[in-house]
Amino acid sequence: MINNDRLGDKMSKLLMFEKPVGMRDTLPHIYETRRKLKEAAEQEMRSWGYRFIETPALEYHETVGDASAILDRQLFKLLDQQGNTLVLRPDMTAPIARVAASKLLKERIPLRLAYSASVYRAQQREGGRAAEFEQIGVELIGDNTMSADAEVIALLVSVMRKSGLENFRISLGHIRFIDELFRQILGTEERSEQLRRFLYEKNYVGYREHITGLPLSSIDKQRLLQFLNLSGGIDCLDEAIKLVEGSAGSAALNELKTVYDRLKEYNVDQYVTFDLPLVSHMSYYTGLVFEVYADGVGAPVGNGGRYDNLLGKFGQPAGATGFGLRVDFLLEALEQLEEEEGIHCILFSNERRVEAIEEAQKRRADGEYVLLQDVAGVKDVDTFTQTSKNVTFFVGKSSNGGNV
Amino acid sequence: MSMLTIAMPKGRIFEEAAALLQEAGYQLPPELDESRKLIIEVPEENMRFFLAKPMDVATYVEHGVADVGIAGKDVLLEEERDVYELLDLKISPCYLAVAGLPNTSLNEVAPKIATKYPNVASTYFRGKGEQVEIIKLNGSIELAPLIGLSDRIVDIVSTGQTLKENGLVEYETIVGITSRLIVNPVSYRMKNADIAKLVTRLTDIIAETAVQ
Repeated sequence: MINNDRLGDKMSKLLMFEKPVGMRDTLPHIYETRRKLKEAAEQEMRSWGYRFIETPALEYHETVGDASAILDRQLFKLLDQQGNTLVLRPDMTAPIARVAASKLLKERIPLRLAYSASVYRAQQREGGRAAEFEQIGVELIGDNTMSADAEVIALLVSVMRKSGLENFRISLGHIRFIDELFRQILGTEERSEQLRRFLYEKNYVGYREHITGLPLSSIDKQRLLQFLNLSGGIDCLDEAIKLVEGSAGSAALNELKTVYDRLKEYNVDQYVTFDLPLVSHMSYYTGLVFEVYADGVGAPVGNGGRYDNLLGKFGQPAGATGFGLRVDFLLEALEQLEEEEGIHCILFSNERRVEAIEEAQKRRADGEYVLLQDVAGVKDVDTFTQTSKNVTFFVGKSSNGGNV
Repeated sequence: MSMLTIAMPKGRIFEEAAALLQEAGYQLPPELDESRKLIIEVPEENMRFFLAKPMDVATYVEHGVADVGIAGKDVLLEEERDVYELLDLKISPCYLAVAGLPNTSLNEVAPKIATKYPNVASTYFRGKGEQVEIIKLNGSIELAPLIGLSDRIVDIVSTGQTLKENGLVEYETIVGITSRLIVNPVSYRMKNADIAKLVTRLTDIIAETAVQ
């Protein structure tokens, strides 16, 4: 029977096993799967000439926290002893921009950097989402060519495949096309932003209703409504060009077309579709944007795009593009967990300890995973050795260690 | 190709939503309504339906365990889930309103508002520049002003009958509500063919109904 008073008692006090909302433990078999996935992904990034860097977990709210693409309410904040507000880094792009602007940009440009690190985002509402998760990604800084945008996406595809994923899709959009279309029809930045917000909130119903209420010609309304349907294959770019006038809008579409052609050259175009109403952030991206979706995971496993204004915030204006993938979502997409490496278990009794150590060292030198356990420390040998690949006993007086 | 999973709201909206899908040419099982089964598969359509509390539909869709859902705009406003709101199905029309006892004004010190929609209510009053205290209730909201718990309520009104029966009057209309077709952002891309078909069929039916 449930005793309500007792329930009250328990809820008021944290129990030893409790963790803050969104914080997760990683147990051995998941750890192994994740390690292999990360190794494969990191190796691929290295083989494309990207160099890994690490930055601190804590940054100033005023600088990196402010420059980050992550919403302020999603930041974990704390105070240092001088009263400065610090944030646990919510993404890696802003810290890397800080390092690049202050140090590395004086080196070789363009700069190819990679990272694999935990990031932190406060979850206010409920569980089911991680507040700490690993992100793996690259930033290509100081290269404004379409080749850079294409390289980043081609590398993304390559990383996904090396991680063991095949069933995924990348949606491609372009912020400057949206900006130009809206500017041409609506005239002011304020009105454009209103409409862009509907796209950002994925509220197509609200978008349509809003347009119906605007003092626009029916042709212009039709242009804005048709824009919502611009997704799918390369053909939608031909439809898109009809909606904009002049060169600015078509320049953005040409960029999309060029990147798509480059991706064909990389032979990865089959993973890419277009989604022109895609707005993954209200102000962060300045050109090409993309999101990556994998079957079986309810949220995008990764995203990226061109962000030419970020480095400027750190005093060194430079164009940049990159992507970030969520390791936890990639694991979810993989479904199958790796088999753990088998562990060879050597149980010894005191009188044959030296023999056992020699055996263990020999096997370890051959690359085996060997566990050495004093049999006196084990209560139930059967349970203890249950998950071992092999068991060898060095027990008793005989000098012949027996395999079981 | 994996099945399209659709979350349907129990209760008021269900029948209209099911009728709309049937009109759109989908073979819905007749037992979906009264069945005690929580999940019903329709292999002919490569679809799977389940019934959920209306407030929960958007949650299932956001987490991706349902690809598509039918949810009231009231739920979407309250929950602010990360889902695509693709179509206004124009069914189950009603609205959110502020109501209370006739000829009463808000308490000047700490006006209290009882509601099932704390997020909507708080945003609405903040937008008007009024500081109020929100009290969350789970049902029979009309009771709150009668028994003296709150000065006003924010609740869904369809005919106004319930308010009338309890001697309450409407003070302000907040926003009109209809049911929406919502889609998980990943399903929107990974199952785009199935979803595009659903959207086209439903759009046609909604347009026909509007003309009549």
